Amino acid sequence: MLLVAENLVLSRGGRTVIDGLSMRLGDGESLLLTGANGTGKTTLLRALAGFLSPVAGEIRIENENDDRELGELCHFVGHLDGIKPHLTVAENLAFWAAYLDCDASQNDASRLAGALNKFELAALADIPAGYLSAGQKRRLALSRLAAAHRPLWLLDEPSVSLDTASVALLVNAVSAHCAEGGIAIVATHLPLVFENVKEIRLGAQENAA
Amino acid sequence: MQTFTQRLANPTKFMDLSARLLPWVAGFAAAILAYGIYLAFFVAPPDYLHGEIARIMFVHVPSAWLAMACYALIAISAFGLLVFRHPLADVSAKAAAPIGAAFTFLALFTGSLWGKPAWGTYWVWDARLTSVLILFFLYLGLIALRSSIEDETLASKLTAILALVGIVMLPIIKFSVDWGNTLHQPSSVVKLGGPTIHSSILTPLLVMGAGFLVLFVAMHLKAMRNEVLRRRVKALQLAEVARAQASQVTAAAE
Amino acid sequence: MNAFLSLVARDLRLAVRQGGAIGTALGFYLIVVTMLPLGLGADLNLLSRIAPGVLWIALLLSALLSLGRVFESDYEDGSLDVLVTGPLPLELVAVAKALAHWISTSVPLALLAPVLGILLNLELLAYPALVATMLIGTPAVSFIGAVGAALTLRARRGGLLIALLVLPLYVPTLVFGIAAISATLGPDDAAAPFLILTAISLGSMVLGPLAAAAALRAQMQ
Repeated sequence: MLLVAENLVLSRGGRTVIDGLSMRLGDGESLLLTGANGTGKTTLLRALAGFLSPVAGEIRIENENDDRELGELCHFVGHLDGIKPHLTVAENLAFWAAYLDCDASQNDASRLAGALNKFELAALADIPAGYLSAGQKRRLALSRLAAAHRPLWLLDEPSVSLDTASVALLVNAVSAHCAEGGIAIVATHLPLVFENVKEIRLGAQENAA
Repeated sequence: MQTFTQRLANPTKFMDLSARLLPWVAGFAAAILAYGIYLAFFVAPPDYLHGEIARIMFVHVPSAWLAMACYALIAISAFGLLVFRHPLADVSAKAAAPIGAAFTFLALFTGSLWGKPAWGTYWVWDARLTSVLILFFLYLGLIALRSSIEDETLASKLTAILALVGIVMLPIIKFSVDWGNTLHQPSSVVKLGGPTIHSSILTPLLVMGAGFLVLFVAMHLKAMRNEVLRRRVKALQLAEVARAQASQVTAAAE
Repeated sequence: MNAFLSLVARDLRLAVRQGGAIGTALGFYLIVVTMLPLGLGADLNLLSRIAPGVLWIALLLSALLSLGRVFESDYEDGSLDVLVTGPLPLELVAVAKALAHWISTSVPLALLAPVLGILLNLELLAYPALVATMLIGTPAVSFIGAVGAALTLRARRGGLLIALLVLPLYVPTLVFGIAAISATLGPDDAAAPFLILTAISLGSMVLGPLAAAAALRAQMQ
């Protein structure tokens, strides 16, 4: 699978934040988006996820096996966690697993337990998500990545509120995903170290990766 | 039709064209209305039942026609925005809403003034007045929705969606109000000045209708021009802010 | 289908866990209906004549209380973004949420109505018609209301604004709901208003989500 963006122009609130960005990412590749706040990292991720339409340019997936839309091929973990405080940790995850990945054979309890374990939330499975700390909520949001399979990961500031140990869990998850042939795009203004990662720095100049 | 609107689509061309047209349209409106008022007051006979006061119909009926026509225009503009992304579609819709609300209010007000001598009360829930009242609410909704959203692009899209929902619901609302009315048998049935509309009444009515229509075109053009100018001022102000910010950044960097 | 049902189930579970919202709507319904005899005097004949209308109008107002939140919480906690990446088109997401609102809020209100009818001395024969028209007509309330909720998602004064936008659109449902009740009590054919009410509800279940999804897409830009 190849993710291609060509001459992308994106605007937000009447301002052009991305002007003529191009990039190509293939299986197993990861991309780090850096830059100060307001340089368009979130806007770019949201455009890649299909939430916003570009002013100009094109985003497309080149994939022989699958003709699903980009939106259905990606996991989007944005600034907000997307969790319901009145549902337990396990219920939140079970819902997203059932909703995002309808393939019944993959929705058994062991997969969910595995996802919780990956982000060390197993002990909190029956706690209402509203009681969690900010870091724990972030980890719950990230555990979505493991609960349903999607080839493309779009992560917006995933390490905010995470302590060092949890950041390591995140990095491991992303590395494992890419090792299996997935694609990951991570926007961050905090330092995050991935192996074999390309970088696009927004705001200074538009790079082609 | 497509190339005509495409030619007008450029705001600058629109401003040029409307600047030249507007005095003519306004003059035309004044002339037709003057003739219509003359006909309404001096040529049309007094109503057999209600006397002179029925002449208010010559303002009331055209106002109601315009109220509905204006909403249709807003719906067409909404369609133009959402489907064709016509650059002036939103300007047209935004300019038309308050004008349409005003015509609707005028229809309700003059209808009410007519109601006192005709039915003995300032308001009655007959099907027509009720439908126009609900149309007034639809206009208020459009204006309120637009004013409550900061982001102008978002406001234009959402108002357009609301206008299209409204135009779909309008016939259904009218149908339901008619139904509800026949159910409850209003105490008096309003007839336009008699059992049939005589030409001595019809002609002034049509002339006034035409006059109101041309008046509306003039007002709408003027309001659109104002809106285009307002947007230009805002764009200039935003550019000024961006310039000041950029120079501040470079000054701080030095 | 699995995704659709799991979304409806989730919303219903949330509605139950956050029982306060439905409780408030039911309480509001009770209070508004109670104000009528206090305001109009306790003439039972008068109350009996206006009871169907009052019960319908108060139901519309009570439903409006909770409609604003149909999409709000998902929008504010980021769930809406993730819902869009699922297999359902946004139109079906809107259907699922409006359906959940209908089941969790409108139906309980409709079932409370006959109880409140006792307060208003509603005619005995009118009770079945009352419940029937409300069960048939409230999908329109939820689905048209969902359009209003989607439009007012980021608006200031959203709660009042949604009432201003949506109440005029409720007029047909109100008129035919009342007409159906009157027709069953009177000599006229009751089938016509019932059928028209059903048509309005079905129409709103198809067209409402289209408009709501368009509005949600615009809000997400």
